[in-house]
Amino acid sequence: MARIENLRFEPPPPYPEAEKLRGEVRAFLAEHLPRRAITKGVGSWGGHDPEFSRKMGARGWIGMTWPKRYGGHERSALERYVVLEEMLAAGAPVTGHWVADRQSGPLLLRVGTEQQKNSILPRIAAGECSFCIGMSEPDSGSDLASVRTRATAAEGGFRINGTKLWTSNAHRADYMILLCRTGEAGEQRHGGLTQFLVDLKGTQGIAIRPVYNLSGEHHFNEVVFQDVFLPGGSVLGEVGSGWQQVTSELAFERSGPERFLSSFTLLVELTRALGADPSERARIALGRIVAHIYTLRRLSRSVAGMLQAGANPAQQAALVKDLGTTLEQEIPEIARQLIDAEPDRASTRDFVTVLAHTMMNAPSFSIRGGTREILRGMIARGLGLR
Amino acid sequence: MSETRALIHEAAERLFEKHCGADTLRRADAGEFPQALWRALTQAGYDAALVPESAGGAGLEMPDALSLLICAGRHSLAAPLAETMLAGWLLSTAGIAWRIEGTAARVPWARQCGTIAVLADSGGKSIVALVAAADCAIKEGHNVAGEPRDDLVFSGTKTLQAGASPVSAGALLALGAVMRSAQIAGALQRVLETSVQYARERVQFGRPIGRFQAVQQNLAVLAGQTAAATAAAEAAIEAAPRDLDSLAVAAAKIRAGEAAGIGAAIAHQVHGAIGFTQEHRLHYSTRRLWSWRDEFGNEAYWSRRLGARVAAAGAERLWQGITAAG
Repeated sequence: MARIENLRFEPPPPYPEAEKLRGEVRAFLAEHLPRRAITKGVGSWGGHDPEFSRKMGARGWIGMTWPKRYGGHERSALERYVVLEEMLAAGAPVTGHWVADRQSGPLLLRVGTEQQKNSILPRIAAGECSFCIGMSEPDSGSDLASVRTRATAAEGGFRINGTKLWTSNAHRADYMILLCRTGEAGEQRHGGLTQFLVDLKGTQGIAIRPVYNLSGEHHFNEVVFQDVFLPGGSVLGEVGSGWQQVTSELAFERSGPERFLSSFTLLVELTRALGADPSERARIALGRIVAHIYTLRRLSRSVAGMLQAGANPAQQAALVKDLGTTLEQEIPEIARQLIDAEPDRASTRDFVTVLAHTMMNAPSFSIRGGTREILRGMIARGLGLR
Repeated sequence: MSETRALIHEAAERLFEKHCGADTLRRADAGEFPQALWRALTQAGYDAALVPESAGGAGLEMPDALSLLICAGRHSLAAPLAETMLAGWLLSTAGIAWRIEGTAARVPWARQCGTIAVLADSGGKSIVALVAAADCAIKEGHNVAGEPRDDLVFSGTKTLQAGASPVSAGALLALGAVMRSAQIAGALQRVLETSVQYARERVQFGRPIGRFQAVQQNLAVLAGQTAAATAAAEAAIEAAPRDLDSLAVAAAKIRAGEAAGIGAAIAHQVHGAIGFTQEHRLHYSTRRLWSWRDEFGNEAYWSRRLGARVAAAGAERLWQGITAAG
């Protein structure tokens, strides 16, 4: 019987040095993020906080793995993993630099020009420059290759026309990495795409409009480009290589601890609400969730180890995200059966506030960064079925 | 994987492949003890894998020995390898004669064993003893995989060897749970491989059923459950020599046990009617999955224990507890 090697997970590499760093991160969090009452307002956990991003940059915890000449710190992916998971578990407000640190910076590092790298990477690493991702469009969600936003050659650069949608944090970001059609798709449908580096604050003709989510929060935007001129120097990577660049970016987007820790704050509040000696039913539920998180963390660290070793664990990353988001979505459903209280965002009780927030965000977990169905299709490809 | 472990696995795969084929499984299912397989296992020294070299054992590193059981699970090994390893581990601490009273429930393969390792209580202290099977009353039973699970009654039974043991009943249960988790991981790997292969070969509506998205999505879930069970078992195998009380041990049995049920259900769905027959060998794996998940503590047992510990430690220690377990 043939073994299925494509979906093999190497054991996470042992890394005792990281524990010293973990201590430093926890001390930092204790100083800068003392446990505040969550009910004092959204933003007490998770969220966007430029000041916090700058403090993390000053500690050298953004762009950790990048070369020093670009403002990075030349540390290992495993050390970076420790910082990420500690921040998420504590519910720290890391949105300001998250996308830039996770995927835009690494993409610039791989395919950017010296000029692009020198001008932007040190600012990201300092926590002073934020990015958003211009991929999805009104008619291009999972089927990303169908994007219609078009860049046409113009004197000294390109003219952009089209609309991007579901662009998280476009209203706050300094830059967008924009995926455009520059040529014909070809038979494989993956040709003719190009990525551009767009200065959102210094470019004329870009209209950014909010799209409020079902809980009334403003994360998403619609971004309309109408005859927007981009100079030739804003092409990112190769003209026509957009598809390859985007898919390698997505491996990073899918593998991190944010794919199983989105509901962790709720688990903490559930544990607090249950108290030290909960019912047998609650113990069983709690023990099960912890076993799942423990296992997911091992799988996720395994992917980090494989990335560090230079492998391309895209299918493993898809598998971890699928397992992780399934658990994240279960947590609010389990929590509400254990504590007799109605979810209420305006409550004065932490548990019901976090329950309401997590429950209402849960549908997005298995949509953002690749839907569950797309990910399972990738896993099936890893199994040799397509 | 270390080089030593890879070599051990390779040799074990060859041996299991040779001695635990369809015929052996069918005969074991009908209640026959697989003598040839057992001889090969003992000649290779696998039964004594957890006995130190000084005591005549193979003296393997514990993680190397335990990970052998993933291979054994892949092959639905129809012999008490895990149990004999466990007995050897327990007995490596034994000395003088005692008499034992009581009943041991669902002892794996008892009727086919010459001697039995018993962990007994003597005024709150653990005593380990070696008892001749002929000196016990045996009431035969089976798990749903058809593996012998016999009740043993000791009434003043004399021991062949006995002595105080540092091993507690909890530690024995924990190591057994790690073993079953490893076997479950292996069985799921096999179930995934056979299901994928079947989906590529079975043609309906003019194409292999593996071309249909509905089937692909199910197999992707099976792959996820297999990966999770394997990761959980490997974590417990690493933790076992250091700390049998580790969160990793409980997590392995909880996670692998849950994966066993989901995985077996998908494998049967993919195989359709043929997989539901005695003739097809899928049930050698799935019936073991259904048995093993409830042995040495099921998901509810280990979740209750782990949940109680997490609750007692409190919300502020939750994350530290998870990261400290490695």
